[in-house]
Amino acid sequence: MIVAGKEASHMLRDKRQEYLTALILIGPFVLIYGALFVWPTIQMALLSFTKAPLIGPGDWVGWDNYVKILGHRLFHAAFWNTAYFVLLTVIPNTLVSLAIALAVNRLKGWQQGFVLACFFLPYILPVSVVFLTWNWIIDVQYGLVQYVVRLFNGGQPISLTRTIPLFMPSVAFVTIWWTLGFNVLLFIAGLRNISPEIYEAASLDSAGRWRQFSRITWPLIWPVTALVLTIQLIAQLKIFDQVYLFSIGGRQDATIVLVQYIYKLAFQQNKGGEAASAAMLLFGMIIILSVLQYQLLRARGQK
Amino acid sequence: MSAEALPRVAEASERGGRDRAIDIGGLILTIITFAAALAAFFPIYWAIITSVKPDGEVISGSNSLWPGRFSFDSYIHIWNNTNIAIWYVNSMVTSLIITALVIVSSAGCAYALSQLDFPGRRVIYVLILACFMVPMQALIVNHFVLMAQFKLLNSWAGIILPQLIVPVVIIVYKQFFDSVPKEFREAAQMDSAGHFKILFRIYLPMNWGVTAALAIITFIGAWNAFLWPFLAATGEATMTVPVGITQVKDAYGIVYGKQMASAVAAGLPVAIVYLIFQRRVTQAIMLSAGVKG
Repeated sequence: MIVAGKEASHMLRDKRQEYLTALILIGPFVLIYGALFVWPTIQMALLSFTKAPLIGPGDWVGWDNYVKILGHRLFHAAFWNTAYFVLLTVIPNTLVSLAIALAVNRLKGWQQGFVLACFFLPYILPVSVVFLTWNWIIDVQYGLVQYVVRLFNGGQPISLTRTIPLFMPSVAFVTIWWTLGFNVLLFIAGLRNISPEIYEAASLDSAGRWRQFSRITWPLIWPVTALVLTIQLIAQLKIFDQVYLFSIGGRQDATIVLVQYIYKLAFQQNKGGEAASAAMLLFGMIIILSVLQYQLLRARGQK
Repeated sequence: MSAEALPRVAEASERGGRDRAIDIGGLILTIITFAAALAAFFPIYWAIITSVKPDGEVISGSNSLWPGRFSFDSYIHIWNNTNIAIWYVNSMVTSLIITALVIVSSAGCAYALSQLDFPGRRVIYVLILACFMVPMQALIVNHFVLMAQFKLLNSWAGIILPQLIVPVVIIVYKQFFDSVPKEFREAAQMDSAGHFKILFRIYLPMNWGVTAALAIITFIGAWNAFLWPFLAATGEATMTVPVGITQVKDAYGIVYGKQMASAVAAGLPVAIVYLIFQRRVTQAIMLSAGVKG
């Protein structure tokens, strides 16, 4: 009886010790995520219902900001420009990345290492380096790309970032160049997971390259393709950096995207409340897509 | 073995003609692949080459692929006429502190989630998953307000704090800690080792490669960050390199060579980190995308 009591108190002390350890280990996380994630998120939700400047108090106006923004022409422009950018980047990037991954995967040794490094290197560069580099290459006066432009434009140069219809396709092209390395890596990992025996069996049946791809590779790589598509979809919805940088000095309202719209409301027009409600709308869109992505990943994990 | 090998040999000689045809196709594919790879690398090459050309040559329209004369005037100019040295210090300090804090806090949190039983475990796990879904870009307004309230704008702390939210590091650590066999911990506990000792002497050293991969990718992410440092640092003295090089243009004259020099300077640290730790970077990207590499 006494022994049992002693053991119980021992276990209790162990438990308490465990809680204390957990508290110390979790502490920094709770502090950081509480102060910099939970708190700002709550504040954002509250701010979105007030007519407030960026910094300072404001009156509670209910859903007014949302109504105002949803009727705002610039919000519509931002929404459709973002959708257009997503359309121009997500699927082309995925197809190009898959093609590159297939091409890289059949190489061996140093050849593979070299080619992969060439395609991947841009991905680790800061966005402003990408911007400066391409801004120079497409420069209207001395840029190399103008050789090509002149061919198609009767010898006349065109500014690709000041000509509104060319802006998004140009920025999308640069974005694909910049980010495809990431997708290529995921595809190569996927391709390596396909057992070589399946291909051997197919080549005994003398299946051609295309049949091999369409009957074996494509269906087996589809889960990775779906992952790449959703990761990009979410990433490109949050686009800001390149679009903003390339639009400096141009007609920014014509090429505005959603995050840029939030930026403009908050930091250029000092409308904190409206900016917060625009942020809430973006937030909603991305959460819906992220839940879909999570389900997709879980479905893959269960296989 | 031999019974299996025989028909293969027969078949190989039968299909010899076709194999050779495929080889030519394969060679063409290899050549196209190499050409595409060089084309992908070309913009970076062009930026580097432009940065070491004299200004006159850059705007002469000759566009030669190799400089007629190497000139480091562009680098000297940005060193003398911009705050790039200060931006470098700002970027280095903030990126290193972010990396250290993220790794330490995430490893601790992941260990507790993986190995300890305590109230609120589920709540914290859900919070991390929720964090995955919330776009940091949407939080810029309230991060700015918060930093302004604490007078942290234009300071290292102001640049660092909102960038400490990197939930993927916790998730990856937790997965790896989960897969460490329980016997290791139980044996250590028999020797009455505390949890801190177990974490730092067993769990972290066993997952040293993961730590390296996560630290490298966190550092690259922090160095490359644009939107938040761009908002938090408005004074030239507090900017990071990626922000600074896009903001200062007036002092340049003929800008191209100088802009390329600043681009090369900004990209160099991450390019070096990548070239040295290629395998780790690849591994980290696979892990953070939820793909076992």
